[in-house]
Amino acid sequence: MKHNLINDFAVDKANNTITITREFAAELPLVWDAFTKSELLDQWWAPKPWKAKTKSQSFTEGGQWLYAMTGPEGEEHWSFANYQTIHNHDYYTAKDGFCDSNGTINKDMPQSDWHMSFKSNGETTTVTTQLKFQSLNQLEMTIQMGFKEGYSAASDNLVVLLEEWKK
Amino acid sequence: MRRDIYQAIADPTRRAILTLIAVQAMTPNMIADNFESSRQAVSKHIQILHECELISQENVGREIYYQLNIDKMKELDKWLEQFRRIWENRFEQLDNLLSTIKTKKK
Repeated sequence: MKHNLINDFAVDKANNTITITREFAAELPLVWDAFTKSELLDQWWAPKPWKAKTKSQSFTEGGQWLYAMTGPEGEEHWSFANYQTIHNHDYYTAKDGFCDSNGTINKDMPQSDWHMSFKSNGETTTVTTQLKFQSLNQLEMTIQMGFKEGYSAASDNLVVLLEEWKK
Repeated sequence: MRRDIYQAIADPTRRAILTLIAVQAMTPNMIADNFESSRQAVSKHIQILHECELISQENVGREIYYQLNIDKMKELDKWLEQFRRIWENRFEQLDNLLSTIKTKKK
């Protein structure tokens, strides 16, 4: 079975919502852990060559995950996810955005709402990630902030970088 | 004020205008006939879309026709494609992690 493609990537430009559906070759409890435990998240959340580094995490309603995306040159972009609703092994929602290393929210940067739901297919698990932005303009900022070194580099550089990441 | 394509499509009337002229080029009056709002309001929306280069003008006789600028629309799709690739990369890493954990358990 081939599992390395997103099954569905739907963009609702009118509602600024992106829905990503993906099946993983593992049973639900393990996939749930991979999405919700920081020691596992740190191992896959950041796209190469970046690495995610958790400072603190409390996976509870009202709790927070505070982490940095660290780049190959030692750059750090701090992000948070504030957990809102958690239904164990079913779904969780969170508000996500950029902050400093103390978790102080950067209000000039975009925030988005996550809705992550998990469905067991026996040996595999389907995860539906719904991301709602205040505007799609913010999506561009999110990409720049999270995965591109600074704002000056041309977006063409990013295209090259992304091609390399795919390999 | 800096105008960009995201601002342009943030407004429902402007999105409707884009949908309309995607089918055929139209004069400002033809566009305005499709909306309840005043001709002046519609004209303002057309102006913003034009400033963002989402639509372009063509003079046919005495009339101005507006048509969709496909290349500009693709800019937005380019960003979305990059976003999609970030998630694909992320999920590929998760695939590897899950497979490593499952192997260890055996």
